[in-house]
Amino acid sequence: MTEFLQHLVNGVSLGTIYALIALGYTMVYGVLKLINFAHGDVYMAAAYAGFYIATALDVRTHPTAGKAVAVFVGSMVFAGALGWAIERFAYRPLRNRARLTALITAIGVSFLLEYGFQLPSFQAQGRTFEEMLRGWGWTVPGWLDALVSFLPASFPPGPTPRFFPEPFVRVDWTVLGGVHVSNYDVVSFLVAVAFMLGLQWIVFRTRFGMAMRAVSFDPKVAGLMGIPVNRVIATTFVLGSVLAAVAALLVAGSRPRIDPIMGLMPGLKAFVAAVFGGIGNVPGAMLGGIVLGLAEEMVAGYALSSFRDGIAFAILILMLLVRPEGLLGRVTVEKV
Amino acid sequence: MRRARLVLRSVAPFLIALPVLWLAQGASPPDVSIVLVAIAVNVILAVSLNVVNGFTGQFSIGHAAFMAVGAYTAALVTTGMQDLQLLGLPEGSSDALVFFLALLAGMAAASVAGLLVGIPSLRLRGDYLAIVTLGFGEIIRVVIENTKALGQATGISGLPPYTNVVWAGMGVVATVVMARRLLLSTQGRALLAIREDEVAAEAMGVDTVGWKVRAFVISAAFAGLAGGLLVHKIQLVTPRMFTFVKSMEVVVMVVLGGMGSITGSIVAATLLTVVLEWLRGVDQYRMVIFSLLLIVLMLTRPSGLFGTREIWDALPRWLRRRVDGGTP
Amino acid sequence: MSATGETVLEARRVAMKFGGLTALSDFDLTLRTGELVGLIGPNGAGKTTAFNALTGVYPPSQGEVRVAGQRVNGMRPHQICELGVARTFQNVRLFRELSAFDNVRIACHAGSKSGFTSAWLLTPRHDAEEERIRQRAGEFLAVMELGHRKHEVARNLPYGEQRRLEIARALATGPRVLCLDEPGAGMNASEKVALLALIRRIRDQFSLAILVIEHDMRLVMGVSERVMVLDHGVTIAHGRPEEVRRDPKVIEAYLGDGKLKLRPPRGAEGGAA
Repeated sequence: MTEFLQHLVNGVSLGTIYALIALGYTMVYGVLKLINFAHGDVYMAAAYAGFYIATALDVRTHPTAGKAVAVFVGSMVFAGALGWAIERFAYRPLRNRARLTALITAIGVSFLLEYGFQLPSFQAQGRTFEEMLRGWGWTVPGWLDALVSFLPASFPPGPTPRFFPEPFVRVDWTVLGGVHVSNYDVVSFLVAVAFMLGLQWIVFRTRFGMAMRAVSFDPKVAGLMGIPVNRVIATTFVLGSVLAAVAALLVAGSRPRIDPIMGLMPGLKAFVAAVFGGIGNVPGAMLGGIVLGLAEEMVAGYALSSFRDGIAFAILILMLLVRPEGLLGRVTVEKV
Repeated sequence: MRRARLVLRSVAPFLIALPVLWLAQGASPPDVSIVLVAIAVNVILAVSLNVVNGFTGQFSIGHAAFMAVGAYTAALVTTGMQDLQLLGLPEGSSDALVFFLALLAGMAAASVAGLLVGIPSLRLRGDYLAIVTLGFGEIIRVVIENTKALGQATGISGLPPYTNVVWAGMGVVATVVMARRLLLSTQGRALLAIREDEVAAEAMGVDTVGWKVRAFVISAAFAGLAGGLLVHKIQLVTPRMFTFVKSMEVVVMVVLGGMGSITGSIVAATLLTVVLEWLRGVDQYRMVIFSLLLIVLMLTRPSGLFGTREIWDALPRWLRRRVDGGTP
Repeated sequence: MSATGETVLEARRVAMKFGGLTALSDFDLTLRTGELVGLIGPNGAGKTTAFNALTGVYPPSQGEVRVAGQRVNGMRPHQICELGVARTFQNVRLFRELSAFDNVRIACHAGSKSGFTSAWLLTPRHDAEEERIRQRAGEFLAVMELGHRKHEVARNLPYGEQRRLEIARALATGPRVLCLDEPGAGMNASEKVALLALIRRIRDQFSLAILVIEHDMRLVMGVSERVMVLDHGVTIAHGRPEEVRRDPKVIEAYLGDGKLKLRPPRGAEGGAA
């Protein structure tokens, strides 16, 4: 029984992370009808942003609450900016093109982030690069030099994993006769729920949220009604990316190992969660996330742990074959 | 006599190609022959994917999985029959026969995989179909990675080096002939109709789901051929060779060449193989450059190099007639 | 092609519901070879929905559709096409990047069972079928007066010719019933008259039954033997054109209840026309 409860706790904990990431997928699909393949990689980039800020603030040796907040906020701002940039430069120009074009571009951005972060550090490379150019009679332009020196010394981080410093001291409790819960789990859960409720409020109780929903129904008509479609879409991306950053930081606390492809699996699984709940549907994404987290924990705990990743794919395919619009999604009928 | 002429017309491309390839094989040093085989494999992959993505207008992004099925099946056949002397033939001919059977087996297995994936998936449209093909692709790879009999993550090594320029080249000829004859036929037009407007095609009597599945199966079969050829050159087959990244490479080749253009696929596959080989020197930047290229391509010229055009469209009418036996 | 007078298409109490919305209710139709029946009604009346139910695009929520006596509920559109029902679309749905010739050739293929292998082996049977299709397609293009456009890409054709091409394509499937969805939309008066004459000719030449959705009342009244009027999914009148034209329910559906408001409500901007 305690084992079951443990899996339950772990599953919900995992599920809230998936839910936070899934919200980004579902909102973007809602307004753009695009599967933003790069979303999982924004999650990864946010984790690194937090890492760099934490390193710069020397959190590892002198952690304070203020610094923790700075790490959080800094990472969220970075993620939002990255999300905005991706939409603005990679997706917006393709707004009126075939969907396949945008999908392929999204995959391209995803690869770019994953492999880009695996490159060796620019500053270290920079010297070799500079010498090579000088050998050809060129010099590095001043602005490029300034830009590179502004970046953290170890950016890009390269493929070797880094370790996120602990934002606050870990406390473990044992409750209900044997179930392990840590303060990280509790904080994660509370923060995640707070953000989800916040988003829920924005989408369903504010004018902006109504604008979002209008754009997701019909962007052209929404535009004709005076809704600033570009701004709504951009803000949607920013919101989704910020939530991904929150997820990344919550995970980094309990699972501090970060590497450039850490976004791949969570991204994929969060996408499955979004599809499961009904892609485009905000409460659906939350529901899907929790369900997927629980399913994964149960399968890993009671069946084969090597199929932990496989369960997500299995659920995905099952959903798409049986009920593609998801649990809470609406069936759309094509007008002939 | 007429029958003989018809049979001749049917197999002509193969008869012409064979001596040419033999000469090419003789003239190439080993490192050139490796690149030629790599190009051939990618051309087969691109042209076969084009049948589904280009001719039929579907979104399949899990092509590498069918390559894997073909590769592993062929590998099992060749390693299983390694010391057999078939039909009492001398060793060289026996090996060739074994290889031929292995490739056919690979294609058959890949077809079955294509059928299993295609039937449930092809009821879906657009993005959803893409995701399902991606999902199935990953599942197939994960299954292979967890199967002891297939060597799990380490795969199977020590495969006999059967593939050479002749085999690979004939594979290309077979694929291109398949695609071209399909494109110019009644059946091919049904696929094009599905691409243009699925609802209208269905209303005009085209069994859209049936044709989509058929296109999918044939595309998977030739991906299996490519897989079988590849692994018998590098003498190794592992699951890591058939990841989503490989599928995306093939998608890029098809899009770069122009979806629906066989010429485009051939040119783009050749170009991309060479570029990726060349970039192997700066291995870390290889994928970054690849993804930048991809993004730039989609932003600037998503219709690719050739759009839906072919080089033979530029040929004068009378020449095309002789080659096809009829107006396209 | 069927003998004159044979019932080729029947609908019995067909209804189409989308979620909570009933787009079509209690739709009855009996169509015989040689007939030309008009289906009219204001926008959103459910005319195209009726077409979609008859051709299998959506399975009927209720009721039954029969083609030449055979029940076709739930069949896929291509199967219903093979049984002899062809259609055109309200917004022309041609294979835009293909030539006019190819558009029609694809329809000629309907029902053919040959697979990929005959295409690859270049069998004599394949060649013969290709030739036969080429002939047929040429003939249908000629019938719709599009012979000169054979190799033109469909999207380059002028609008009127696109509509005729769609009809040629539908004819090429060898139907018993032809359902035309606003074939004259976007045409001027003289073009419409010519089109209607053409439609009558092909009905006779190919022994068809024709069901036409049209907005233009005069057009439809002039050519149909019978007219059905839909409003909000309900059949409000059904009979000969002269009777239907005078039916008060029909007039009300198109023009409102006759109480025209000539002055804007108090408080509206002064000076607005």
